[in-house]
Amino acid sequence: MCGIAGLIHRGRSSNVGKELQGMLQALKHRGEDSSGFALYGDTDGRNFIMRFKVGENVGEGSSSVMEETSVYDERVKLVNANILSMGAKIIKEERILPYSLRYEVSYNENDLREFSRKIESVPGVEILSMGKSLEVIKDLGNAKAVCDRYNLDKLVGTHGIGHARMATESGVDIKSAHPFWGYPFSDVSVVHNGQLTNYWNNRRALENQGMRFMSECDSELIAVYIAQKMREGATLEEGMRDSLKGLDGVFTYFVATKDSLGMAKDTMAAKPLVLYESDDLVAMGSEEIAIRSVLPQEIETYDPYDGEVKVWQI
Amino acid sequence: MANLKSTETKTKAQSMGMHTEVLTGRTQQKFFNPDEAENFYYFGTYDVDFNKRTELDVKDMTATEVNKHIDNLMSKGYGTIVIKNPQGKHSLGVGILNKLNLIFEGSLGYFGMGSCDGPTVRINGRVGWSCAENLMAGKVVIEKNAGSCFGAAMRGGDLICKGSVGARTGIDMKGGTIIVGGDAGAFTGFMMQRGRIIILGNVGINLGDSMYDGTIFIGGKIGSLGSDAVEAELTSSDQDWLKRKLKVAEIGENFNVSKMVKIVAGKKLWNYDNLEPAEKKGAI
Repeated sequence: MCGIAGLIHRGRSSNVGKELQGMLQALKHRGEDSSGFALYGDTDGRNFIMRFKVGENVGEGSSSVMEETSVYDERVKLVNANILSMGAKIIKEERILPYSLRYEVSYNENDLREFSRKIESVPGVEILSMGKSLEVIKDLGNAKAVCDRYNLDKLVGTHGIGHARMATESGVDIKSAHPFWGYPFSDVSVVHNGQLTNYWNNRRALENQGMRFMSECDSELIAVYIAQKMREGATLEEGMRDSLKGLDGVFTYFVATKDSLGMAKDTMAAKPLVLYESDDLVAMGSEEIAIRSVLPQEIETYDPYDGEVKVWQI
Repeated sequence: MANLKSTETKTKAQSMGMHTEVLTGRTQQKFFNPDEAENFYYFGTYDVDFNKRTELDVKDMTATEVNKHIDNLMSKGYGTIVIKNPQGKHSLGVGILNKLNLIFEGSLGYFGMGSCDGPTVRINGRVGWSCAENLMAGKVVIEKNAGSCFGAAMRGGDLICKGSVGARTGIDMKGGTIIVGGDAGAFTGFMMQRGRIIILGNVGINLGDSMYDGTIFIGGKIGSLGSDAVEAELTSSDQDWLKRKLKVAEIGENFNVSKMVKIVAGKKLWNYDNLEPAEKKGAI
């Protein structure tokens, strides 16, 4: 059991960091092994924002190990060198935690695959997100703990998705935490509640097509699957509709891009989702209490049906 | 709590060490004899006065605190309780084994009104998953929409949603009546064993999948029928019952019931004959 939440303000910005924290904290009983946010902040859109980690925070069942800060320092040096070797320039550098960093990077190419491969060629380094607006922040603990650790309270933007995780299929660590970046697409992120039963078949097929997986979490498959469909020319909504046939199992998932937010529910409707929709705000979560954290007044909500896909624009 | 007593009868399974005791407690005895009116309610229930009314603002309470407050108010004889600001909290109003007029001014989360036996409840909002699960008797009315597993495993009483409901409505239900004014999702009536479901709107795929028994009436379009579900003749007595039920439920009173489709189990999958206790109570 995990909890997912998402919201999109249409036509305006808001304090999405704090709002999403409240939504996920309301769902903490669904899992607090790790929590994660994919926030779409207000930026000038000139530079890429790259969130990455150079080490792990390790919990129960993880195959990763904690390392010395000096090891992280060496990796940061190698990442910096690789960024320069790709013809990119570091505009701003923030080290949030010893293992977690946020860079603003000037890079003129749109295909991020080669860039990402170069950065991730440094052992122990993983790009959590890359985009002109997207920032993926995830770590162990409940939403408030992660929010406090990464100072997300003040982040202003239009939309975001989040995840409160109860680890079942893989260990407790950052690499298995949600959201997942839709590598190698700028500004694409995914959160998922459920279980995919044809994970390995799909993963092998996608790896043969050049896509990369960083964890053994079945939810990562959705991000890669959608990314591959978009790479083949599908729109976000087309990719999501295709996933209803291509992915086996039970799931409700959210996908966000720079200017949109989407939801999909499997054909068994086995995983919960409550949805509130108005002209200026869409809010949704695994349980109504998540929505009530941002809209405490009486509101009209409903459960989307089996096989439903919806996409909203900012 | 039922007493658990060992019986002297030795079955083959017992002799093989597979059993150590057999339930011979309260619900297994002739306890719900319709001729013994005093046995219709549980021991320890409260004598409440419906004209004695109070309000309770639960905005800052946990679900446990809310339920304890309700119990405490019933012990003081309050027969009508209005709950303000439920704000989608889970598990509100569960386990009420008492006559009570309970009104929620707002929406409930998951498992609202679960395992109840007797209260009349009106929810002026929406409910989440598994509303009125295991309802034994009473009436629960939801003014807006409901989530999935609406009335799961319910055994008696009337469960009414004036809006639309999610998937697996009436899953594993063993008695009582579910009435929905709007649409219902996939797998409505999944594995139902007894009781009746009335959906005035459309239903999703796999309607009545693996149903053992019971009856489903649909007013709109059917996505598809599930395994073992078949269409049956809508009789005049069915129509009379539907009209009466919709009127009592204050929903779809002018609905043209003659156009409804009746779905039943196509195979005899069940192997039980005894009425559930709640059905005996309803037989009076």
